[in-house]
Amino acid sequence: MISIKNLHAEVEGNKILKGLNLEVKAGEVHAIMGPNGSGKSTLASVLAGNEAYEVTEGSVDFDGADLLDLDVDERAKEGMFLAFQYPVEIPGVSNINFLKAALNEKRAHQGLEPIKAKDFLALVQEKSELVELAGKLKNRSVNEGFSGGEKKRNEIFQMAMLDPKFAILDETDSGLDIDALKVVSHGVNSMRSPERAFLVITHYQRLLDYIVPDFVHVLYNGKIIKTGPKELALELEEKGYDWLIEETV
Amino acid sequence: MAYEGDELLEEVTKKEYEFGFVTDIESDKIPNGLNEDVIRLISSKKDEPKWLLDWRLDAFKSWKEMTEPEWAHVHYAKPDFQAISYYSAPKQKVLLDSLDDVDPELRKTMDKLGISTEEQKRLQGVAVDFVMDSVSVATSFKEKLGELGIIFMSISEAVKQHPELVRKYIGSVVPQKDNFYAALNSAVFTDGSFCYIPKGVRCPMELSTYFRINEAGTGQFERTLLIADEGSHVSYLEGCTAPQRDENQLHAAVVELVALDDAEIKYSTVQNWYPGDATGKGGIFNFVTKRGICEKNAKISWTQVETGSAVTWKYPSCILKGDNSVGEFYSVAVTNNYQQADTGTKMIHIGKNTKSTIISKGISAGKSQNSYRGLVQINKSADNARNFSQCDSLLMTDTSGAHTFPYIEVNNHTAKVEHEATTSKIGEEQLFYCKQRGLNEEKAISMIVNGYAKDVLNKLPMEFAVEAQKLLAISLEGSVG
Repeated sequence: MISIKNLHAEVEGNKILKGLNLEVKAGEVHAIMGPNGSGKSTLASVLAGNEAYEVTEGSVDFDGADLLDLDVDERAKEGMFLAFQYPVEIPGVSNINFLKAALNEKRAHQGLEPIKAKDFLALVQEKSELVELAGKLKNRSVNEGFSGGEKKRNEIFQMAMLDPKFAILDETDSGLDIDALKVVSHGVNSMRSPERAFLVITHYQRLLDYIVPDFVHVLYNGKIIKTGPKELALELEEKGYDWLIEETV
Repeated sequence: MAYEGDELLEEVTKKEYEFGFVTDIESDKIPNGLNEDVIRLISSKKDEPKWLLDWRLDAFKSWKEMTEPEWAHVHYAKPDFQAISYYSAPKQKVLLDSLDDVDPELRKTMDKLGISTEEQKRLQGVAVDFVMDSVSVATSFKEKLGELGIIFMSISEAVKQHPELVRKYIGSVVPQKDNFYAALNSAVFTDGSFCYIPKGVRCPMELSTYFRINEAGTGQFERTLLIADEGSHVSYLEGCTAPQRDENQLHAAVVELVALDDAEIKYSTVQNWYPGDATGKGGIFNFVTKRGICEKNAKISWTQVETGSAVTWKYPSCILKGDNSVGEFYSVAVTNNYQQADTGTKMIHIGKNTKSTIISKGISAGKSQNSYRGLVQINKSADNARNFSQCDSLLMTDTSGAHTFPYIEVNNHTAKVEHEATTSKIGEEQLFYCKQRGLNEEKAISMIVNGYAKDVLNKLPMEFAVEAQKLLAISLEGSVG
């Protein structure tokens, strides 16, 4: 699905990613953990194509395409989705119209007709129930006046609507209480499939109790310094990162 | 680096002004220059009564004593008023009942402007008074309006057919000597629209006028007079486009609204005059005086979407004379490249329990300057007056400017005046968010900007709202940097 080789990236002259390698296959869920400032969110931004970050070296293959050659919206239309850590508010833009426009862009890219209003509403109903947002989205602007938890649930709702093949969850668990965490995890788990892959970025092992990964990677100083099975997350929870960092140095 | 500003700017630069075309029709044009003889000539060409000629000459006398105002936050080369021709009329003089009878060249122009027969069918119920240069060419739906006693015609026609109404109200809201441009307009206005809604009548359709400058170097001085008699109701739409020109063209219009007791006037404008090219060359100077007066329980609502003109100087205002009268001003002003806009409103509270609302949304892109200038004046007599003002500015680039000049004068301690203002830069985070969901940059900008301006766009009649949304998107294509 996605193959990252020797990725180097910087923002405003600060080198953040320093030779990152990662291979994610369809159907897999990979978790990225690591201390603050290790480059986790940078990785998410670079993969999604945020132009504030400059890739200085390396390559990313996305299902046979050179990912780094694609614009942000092209990556999205090819099936990449980023659930933001801090979803922005867009005043005056209806949440539903926004999503309909996004969905139709993707459909046009796939050579499909715009979705019929009736089908769209049925889809909204179905997917919003998944994250318990049903009925809460009408007449509201994108993320405006949403609580922290609602914003995160809205991200998962959008993901479900747009049906991506590769989804990055950037600290989706931050700021969520346990009930909201369960709701969000349920939404993600119900979308797991052999055709889809997830990259779950998190600080806490707790999320991985609900979204159980196939692999856990530790990112430190712009590189992956350790890869292991899901149990690695438990070990990190218990022992912290220091022992790993010492091993590396 | 975020957005390839230069590349995008280049793209915008290459985009020709969409309505920049010239119609090849013979014109009846008088030589350049302005003096009493020219005014006499205009008046005689239009077969005007003596009182109107005197009124014009009186205005001209005052104008000669006046100087062009310089307080606005705009900079431009002052027009040479002697280098302008003050009258140009298409040769085809006969007034027609049906658009089918119109000169094919004119029909083409109208098609390009989107006023094709098909369009008119689509806009069912819209009467169009088409002004090309200075003379009304065709007026439709006249009969239907006539049955209700509604008068909707060119002001020259009204001078002939309803002199008592014109004479009574012309200059009653914007006096001849009101300001430099209003005085000039009063002296030389060639045409415009006249509308009268009789007592208690609710106009069953949106009234609409399309203006167009069509003669190189011809200033256009429209004069619009709209009277809503007691208890009547009317919604009036005004939209303009102009062909591409290299030299600056002067446009100094006057619009007067009279809302008698319990009447309501909704006046909507989409202004898309040629703004000049990407280097700031050319474009229309738009110096407009628009004002309405509200008698008891009356209401006047101005809505404007301003995207065109090189320089805009425009303050649609309300004199809230009658008790319980209401004034509203909703505005979106977009400036791009080297455009300059100084626009806003004046709300003059005289009657008791008068209320006014001001919502202004400025959007500045390129190297443009966009200013809001507004006056809220509560007179001594205006017990319990209320005003709410909200002025927001959105910057698309680091090189554009947004300015707010609110003036508040309160002379009555029972008044309640609120003013809110914000300035923000279009968020790269917002753009990234939209693009990550699959929207390209143009669509993302269009969506964010239309969301920002929604409170104003919502006030436009349906058919205008759609047009205005497109216009905002076109005006701002590739303008983030």
